[in-house]
Amino acid sequence: MLSFLFRRLLQTIPTVLAVVALVFVLFSVVPGSIVSSMSDDADPQVELRMKKQLGLDDPVYIRFGTYIAKLATGDFGTSFRTREPVTFMIAKRIWPTLQLIFTAMVFSVVIGVPLGFIAALKPGGIVDTLAMVVAVSGLSIAKFWLGLVLMYLFALKLGWLPSFGYGDGGLKYLILPAVTLGVSPMALFARTTRAAVLEIMTADFVRTARSKGMSETRVVKWHVMRNALVIILTTVGLQFGGLMGQAVVVEKLYSWPGIGSLLVDSVLQRDIPAVQGSILVVVLSFLAINLLIDVLYGVIDPRIRYA
Amino acid sequence: MTGAPLIEVEDLRIDLDDGTQRVAAAEGISFRIDRGETFGLVGESGCGKSITALALIGLLRQPLSIGGGVIRFEGREIQHLSAGRQRDLRGNRIAMIFQEPMTALNPVSPVGRQIAEMFVLHKGKSWREADRLAVEALASVRVPAPERRVNDYPHQLSGGMRQRVMIAIALACGPDLLIADEPTTALDVTVQAEIIELMRNLCAERGTAILMISHDLGLVANVCRRVAVMYAGRIVEERGSADIFRAPSHPYTRGLVASLPRLGSRAALGRTRLTEIAGVVPAITNFPDGCRFNPRCAQATDICRTTAPGADLLEAGGLVRCHHHA
Repeated sequence: MLSFLFRRLLQTIPTVLAVVALVFVLFSVVPGSIVSSMSDDADPQVELRMKKQLGLDDPVYIRFGTYIAKLATGDFGTSFRTREPVTFMIAKRIWPTLQLIFTAMVFSVVIGVPLGFIAALKPGGIVDTLAMVVAVSGLSIAKFWLGLVLMYLFALKLGWLPSFGYGDGGLKYLILPAVTLGVSPMALFARTTRAAVLEIMTADFVRTARSKGMSETRVVKWHVMRNALVIILTTVGLQFGGLMGQAVVVEKLYSWPGIGSLLVDSVLQRDIPAVQGSILVVVLSFLAINLLIDVLYGVIDPRIRYA
Repeated sequence: MTGAPLIEVEDLRIDLDDGTQRVAAAEGISFRIDRGETFGLVGESGCGKSITALALIGLLRQPLSIGGGVIRFEGREIQHLSAGRQRDLRGNRIAMIFQEPMTALNPVSPVGRQIAEMFVLHKGKSWREADRLAVEALASVRVPAPERRVNDYPHQLSGGMRQRVMIAIALACGPDLLIADEPTTALDVTVQAEIIELMRNLCAERGTAILMISHDLGLVANVCRRVAVMYAGRIVEERGSADIFRAPSHPYTRGLVASLPRLGSRAALGRTRLTEIAGVVPAITNFPDGCRFNPRCAQATDICRTTAPGADLLEAGGLVRCHHHA
């Protein structure tokens, strides 16, 4: 197990390097820079000085080399905009993003998985039809639109919840963004769970369970659930990655002070160190969650054990 | 044998309803099994033997359903029992083992737990007590080191061991009838003999009747006292297992017996090829009129093409459904 973890950690290094390199290359190709975004009619002399100060006049490969060298010591660089170390900026923003993603995840799992289970037990029934309508709509609705509708309904009309912002970071402020973010994974979990359960219900060992004289409830509880969990877990793991990306939209929409909005702002102003840092954090979290999922596989399914 | 048979099937029909049409996948199925008796059901794949077994244990699922007839267990009709009552019988009084021990066991549950379930379900034991009984059950099917093996998962066991676990599950509650659906088909030949031997001995010790289902006439005749041969959803011949080899009566049975490879016999007769029955089994939706074997039968006459043969009792015991039986 330990050697498996160690090998998996080593495997993340090339992934991280590739991501860093890709982002670096992209930002050296796109037109515009922090300098041009800060001043519309700047004096060429000033621009040149700024570029020199920020190290932007060096060739890309030298900047890349310096960046990697610093990264190896845990230094994410300094923001072009705020002159703050990027590590600080991220440290401030990471908690709201984690809060948002985990709440959205809990919401989608707690609603989606049971919904899929109930739907699968009576395929073609009322619950099934309703659940699948919800699931398809949930997957098709655009997040920014859903967010606006929820804001209109619960903040503006009913006045139950604040319409945007982080506030004191309490649950009240978290609900709308988390639901907006959680609807599409919820729909996906409902569908995946339904499909998984339906497939497992036709397995030979379920027939064996029935031949033992078990009620359908027990068949599901004792034999279907754990098997379905393996498949559900895979989807949950993949969705974590997806949520990191989708959080960008939701954070922007609700003015949520997370990594996502930091990323958007930094991209718009060509604040390369901040962009690099944010993306790196997102990638690292994604890799960490996938590692966790791999470890959980082994716990749930004895056929998957790591030497 | 006297008294009510353990299980009695009378004119059972099993329907296959694919939404557009309803066809009989098996019909006119009648047989009885006495307490402690061994009875075999033989036929090619798709002849209806497995669904007959599933009907007995109440496990037919859509699109299959019982379309008519009666199943009596200890003289009591069971085909219309409530789901709850059926569950009391299933596993407890009538148990079943399946063909594929690899997939018939839950891959993510230790085998001990899968045996223990039986004691919790039917004997009202606590899990703790059931776990202890599971070790005993595993020992009774001669699995070495059962106290360690109960913690193993199915993938850690060999095919033969898995089938032993299946037998332990099936016999856990001391059922009166064990249905074995191709119990050794998926196993190595050497393991097959062990498993059959084990199953037969354990059932004989406990007075459990066996309904054995197989495509292998030789195997069934070896295990069972009586054998019924099924073809295209009907029983065509039912005989004592010694008789069926000595003097098969139905042309289909004769074909089956003739096609069995026998050591030395080919050379003695100067034959170089195994005999085969020409043609293929008709599809369920396309059963021929009259005797269903007539398109493949060398003795078929006009009556065979129009009229389904009734059951003729044979002098030597048993019955056959053929207009021209030997």
